[in-house]
Order: sequence, then C-alpha cells, then structure tokens
Amino acid sequence: MKTIHKSLANLKIGESAIISGFSDDIAALKLLEMGCLPGEEVTLTRVAPSGDPVCITLDGGELAVGKAEAGSVLLHEE
Amino acid sequence: MTHKSILNIALIGTPNTGKSSLFNRLTGLHQKTGNFPGVTVDKKTGVFHLNPKTKAKVTDLPGTYSIYPKSLDERVVLDVLTGYSKELYPDLIVVVLDASNLRRSLFLLTQINDLNIPTVAAVNMTDVAEKAGRMPDVERLSELIGIPIVPVNAAKGKGIEELKAVIVAAVKSTNSEFAKAKDYVNGNTEILQRIKTEFSLKNEYEALIYLRERDVLEVLKGENRQKVQQLIEKYNYIENGECARKEVLDRHKIVSKIIDQTVAVREVKKQKFRADDLLTHRVGGYLIFFLILFIIFQAVFAWATYPMDLIDTGMARLSAGLQGVMSPGPFTELLTEGILPGIGGILIFIPQIAVLFALIALLEESGYMARVMFLTDKVMRRFGMSGRSVVPLFSGLACAVPAVMAARTIENRKQRLITIFVTPFMSCSARLPVYAILIAVAVPVHYVGGFVNLQGLILFGLYILGFLAALISGVVMKKLLKSGERSFFIMELPKYRIPRLRNILLQIIEKVKIFVWSAGKVILAISIVLWVAAAYGPVDDMEKAAAAVTAKYEHKEISAKQFENEMASAKLQASYAGQFGKLIEPVVAPLGFDWKIGIALLASFAAREVFVGTISTIYSIGSEAENSTIKEKLRSEKNAAGEPVYTLAATFSLLIFYVFAMQCMSTLAVVYRETRSLKWPLLQLFYMTGLAYGASFVVYQLLS
Repeated sequence: MKTIHKSLANLKIGESAIISGFSDDIAALKLLEMGCLPGEEVTLTRVAPSGDPVCITLDGGELAVGKAEAGSVLLHEE
Repeated sequence: MTHKSILNIALIGTPNTGKSSLFNRLTGLHQKTGNFPGVTVDKKTGVFHLNPKTKAKVTDLPGTYSIYPKSLDERVVLDVLTGYSKELYPDLIVVVLDASNLRRSLFLLTQINDLNIPTVAAVNMTDVAEKAGRMPDVERLSELIGIPIVPVNAAKGKGIEELKAVIVAAVKSTNSEFAKAKDYVNGNTEILQRIKTEFSLKNEYEALIYLRERDVLEVLKGENRQKVQQLIEKYNYIENGECARKEVLDRHKIVSKIIDQTVAVREVKKQKFRADDLLTHRVGGYLIFFLILFIIFQAVFAWATYPMDLIDTGMARLSAGLQGVMSPGPFTELLTEGILPGIGGILIFIPQIAVLFALIALLEESGYMARVMFLTDKVMRRFGMSGRSVVPLFSGLACAVPAVMAARTIENRKQRLITIFVTPFMSCSARLPVYAILIAVAVPVHYVGGFVNLQGLILFGLYILGFLAALISGVVMKKLLKSGERSFFIMELPKYRIPRLRNILLQIIEKVKIFVWSAGKVILAISIVLWVAAAYGPVDDMEKAAAAVTAKYEHKEISAKQFENEMASAKLQASYAGQFGKLIEPVVAPLGFDWKIGIALLASFAAREVFVGTISTIYSIGSEAENSTIKEKLRSEKNAAGEPVYTLAATFSLLIFYVFAMQCMSTLAVVYRETRSLKWPLLQLFYMTGLAYGASFVVYQLLS
C-alpha cells in the first residue's frame, strides 16, 4: 500500500477509502476528536448541491464536512 | 438540612445523545434557566430526589465532543470542570453515552475520567444501537472503564431509578488515567509539575489543560493567566500541535480496544431507502425545505391568530369592566389605561413565540435541522455566516433575544459576530402586531386573483424585506470585518428520530419564560412610564390648556362627551409626553409621522411591541371611543387640519421603519452581553436605525 496525495474531496459518491493522514493541522484536531482517524474506512455518502459541504460515513456515524476540510483528509490508495 | 447534603451533579455528553431528555426525566418541571456566573451561556439546573433522604442539584452542560473547547458553548464545560465557580464544581459527573455511537462518547469519557472527579455513566440510545447491530455489553464496559455504568432509555424514562441508585452509591473517583499528561508536553514534564504546584491542582492532566487552554480558561482570569505565561517562559516550554493530536490518537486507541471487547458487531441489512436520499437531494431537498418554511409561516400566522384575538378582546373587556366597577380616580386610570394595556401587549406575543419555538424544537429534535445546515452552509458563507446561522435566524422570527444567544454554537468568531449583528433584521413577533395593525389600517381586504389575501401578501413582503436586509448586511460585514481565523464546517449529522413531546413542551416553556422575564419587564415598565407622561404635565401648561378649552366652548352648544374629549386632547398636548413628542416632530415629519407617532416611535426604542401599547394608551386618552379596538382608533385619527393621519404613504413609511430600525433594549442588552463590548450594540443601533430612517424617508416621499 503506497500513500499518494489523494484526498477525501477526490472521492466519488459511494466510494470508500482508508484515511492516511491530514494536510491541515488545525482541521485535523477537530476531525480526530470527531472520530475521523487514520486507518479508518471512510465513505463519501453524498454531496451538497453546490458541491460543498460533503457527507461522509465513518464507523457508524455520519459527518458533514466542508469541502476545504474534506480536501485536507488524505487517503491511502487501495 | 446542611449545606452539603445536596449533591452537585454535572450532566455531560456529546451532542445528540439525548442528554436533555435525561435531564428532563430527572428533574421534570423543577428546572431553572439562568446564566453561568461570569459567562453568557444558558445554564439549566434542576433539583430532584435521589432517594427520600438525598437531594441532588443537576446542571445540564452544553454538549461537546471534547473537553478542549471549540465554541463558546463548549468552553463552559471546561470552565465548570476546572472549578471556576466553587458553587458549580460537581461532586459527581454523569456522562451520557450514545450506544449507537460509542466511539465519540467514550473518547469524551476518557478525558473526563482523567480529571479524577467521581463519575458514573448512563448508556442511552440502546434501541438505536440494537437496530444497528452494535449493542455494547454494558457490564463489561463498566468493568473495563472502572466506573458504574447503567443502560437508560431517556426518551421512555427507563433506567432512571437504576441511575439514581448508582449515583447515591458512587462517591469515589477512580484515580486511574487513560492518558498520561506528561506524554503531551513535548518532553517538558517540569512545566506540568510547576503548574500543578503553583495552582494546587489535583493531577497533571489538569495542569496540561491549564497549559493548553491558558488563553480561554475563566479560572485563569486576571493575573493567573500571566502566571502561566511566566512559567512557560521560565521553563522554556514550546507549544507543539503534534502533542494535542497525539493525545487524541492515544485516547482513540484505548477507545478502540474497549469497543473491540464490548461491542459484538452483528451484520444488519442495510436499508434500501434512506430519508436523506430525499431530504438532502439537490432538488427535492430544497423543495422540502421551502415547503417546511411555508408550513411554519402558515402555522405561526393561522394558529396563533385565534389566541391572539382572544387576548386582545379579553384585555379590552377587562379594562372596560374594571372601569365600570372601580371608583374613578388616578389609580383606576393607571390600572385600566396604563398597566392592563401593557400586560396585554406582552401576553399577545406568547402564542406566536410558543408556536414558532415548538416548530424549531421539532426540527432540531428530529435531526432535520442538521440537514438544513448541510444544505445551506455554502450559501450562508457567501453572506458571511455559516450553516449554523440558520437556527439563530429562524429563532429571530420569534424573538431576537434567544436568537442572539443561539449564535453561541457558531465556532468561528467572525461568522458568529455577523450572525448576531444581522439577526435583529429578522421580523420578530414583536414587530408582527405593529405590522398587523398598520396593514389592517392601510390595506383593504382584497383577494388577488381571487384567493391570495393582499394583506397577507404585504405582510409576507415585509418578512422577506427583513431577511434580505440581514443577508445584504452580512455581505457588507463580511467585506469589512477582518479575521485571520479559519472557519470550519465539521458537523455531526445525527440519526433521525421521533421528537419527544415532553422535550418540545419544556423548550416552549423555557423560551416563553425568557421572553416574559427579559423583554416583558421592560414593556410593562415603559407602558406605565408612558401613561404617567401622557396623563401629567407641567402644572402651568396643563392649567392653561384646560382654561383655554373652557374659554373656547364657554358660550357654545357642545355635548358633555365632546367637551370631555376636547379637554383630554388638549391636556395630552400639554402633557410631558405631548411636549416631548412635539419637540421631536420636526425630526420625524419628513417620514410622514406626527407627534403622537413620534412618541410611539421613541417608546418603541425600549421594545417594538410597545408601539401597540403606546398607541392604545395615547388614543384611549385622546380619542372618542374608549375601548374600541386599536385598528378603528387609528383609522379614525385625524390631524389638526382634519385629514387622516394614517395615509397610505405615512403607514407604509412607518411599516418600513419598523422592518429596519433597531428598537429593542432587550436585544441591545443581550448583544452587549454576548459580544462583551459596547461596540456591537452601538453599531447595530446606529446602522439599523439609520437605514430605517433613510428607507422610510424614500418610501414616504415616493408614495405621497
């Protein structure tokens, strides 16, 4: 498994991936506290009509995340 | 009963765990709303019996995902736990866990545990977890964490007695810790020791909190903040964001282990259709949102009209009845012409405030409000706000005072300030009676295209106008306000659930209470002052006015009734209110207003709704029909030249003035409290009122 700079914002609706890290330290803290953790599987479930924010599902819970914040969540490529 | 026999309990949990339901179950109607001392966050407390011998006082703390706060609301949790107020420092903490989302709940629980305050936990939402196939083994959970944990169903009231039993039994803290504070200080363990000794803290974790949250903790107010700063310099502590993230990750690792040992995941069939497929659909979602908005409007106006009419006529009848029974004199006049109309002016809003807040509570309780925030965030950002601004703006339709308070959940400072600044543009229920009366005076009942009421259409237009003013002001503020702070939108979308009637009723009671006690007091006081100002004046002037009327009609045929009215009218003009009104008449004349309206406008600066009370006070003194409804009084009102005062141009000018002007002392007071500076309320006062004056001027000049 190699890490490339693919982020949550690049996912299509219904696609899942494993979180590898964060590119924004400040957003990272809040995301981590909400259970958005490296190694966890994340699914992009829906996108607001304007493309921002997006909805993700993690470990049973659903989060709404701004597009900029989604872009800071880096993913492993499977 | 000795002081300590009341157990002080703090209720803590992540948002959407049913924490408020549990609070309501524990306390019933024995709730008090107030403020946390020194900080402006709503505090709900309630007293209940743990058993026949022991009483407990429980404080419902705002929901939070972490004890490190991101918003003002969340700050209070940490402030209470760090003991900024001795009175509020808990003897025991009840953490409410969400069984269907155990990870987030347990993360918070590990932080709370490390503070070494006696803690018990209640697992709520077990029914949801059961359905999702993620039911935790509560007994095992309790063993692993080392604190008593009981399952409850707060919505149905199950498990409450069991919870009370463990509260009574649990008096000790575990003294265990899930994470070691010294791992998160960049290797500088000495600083923790120093802070711990300096402030005589319980443990190193508390010292870590002091260190990390030194800029915001209330307990560090004043020189204590400097002390921490000095220690940091002395011991050469270098802050590193990596440490904060490491703590979160370490705690999550522990949480993962606990979950692995307690939750046996059972595969459940995924639902084919999910409500969100429709409710957040790119077209359907908005359609439904607007449909809901329309229903809200319809409900507020249609349902609330009946009780409002009832209050209106009831108060008029009561006034007339009392006048008939009581012996005439200044006291009777004060009661029937000053106090009663004032009380009527307060009561009349309650139906609308109740209906609107019931609907808002319904949307929040069901989980739909979070979807509205999701749908609107991007749009609201354009206007300098966020998706979270929707609740304050909605609430602004009822009353700006609770609405401004609702802005506390907005994490970004700039977005929060803008929301507070523009919320009073939303047409609150205090404006509605003013709108209703003025529209009834100026606009005939006419059906456009056979079924749309023209009056209703204009009323709707005024609401839209206020909303547009809020949005446009938001854009202006966004351009003017500088902020280096990044704004985030990270929000949980809670699962949909059936709203509980009990919670909604308690919400209504709470909001109506806020309105009656904060705004109502001002309204009543102003009503009385106004009546006095209108009934009395400089003795010389009053006597001269009376003499002039007597002389004028001395040799003329005139009925006693007519004479009485002429006398009253002359006396009003000579009264303090009349003189003051005339003094400001030149200022309001370009807007089409006479001195009587001038008085009402000034009185409205205490609170808009006073307009109705004032107008009724003024005209019941000076007009023919003592207890006819206010609408009829206004229509028959003529100026000195015998022309109607409430012409189309003047009435519309007045309507526009009420849409824009900042005329509510209670709102200014709450904005001052919330922003902790005079700058914002003053800016609001001058900006909104200036806009109102300009717009009214244009409207009057165009229409006349």
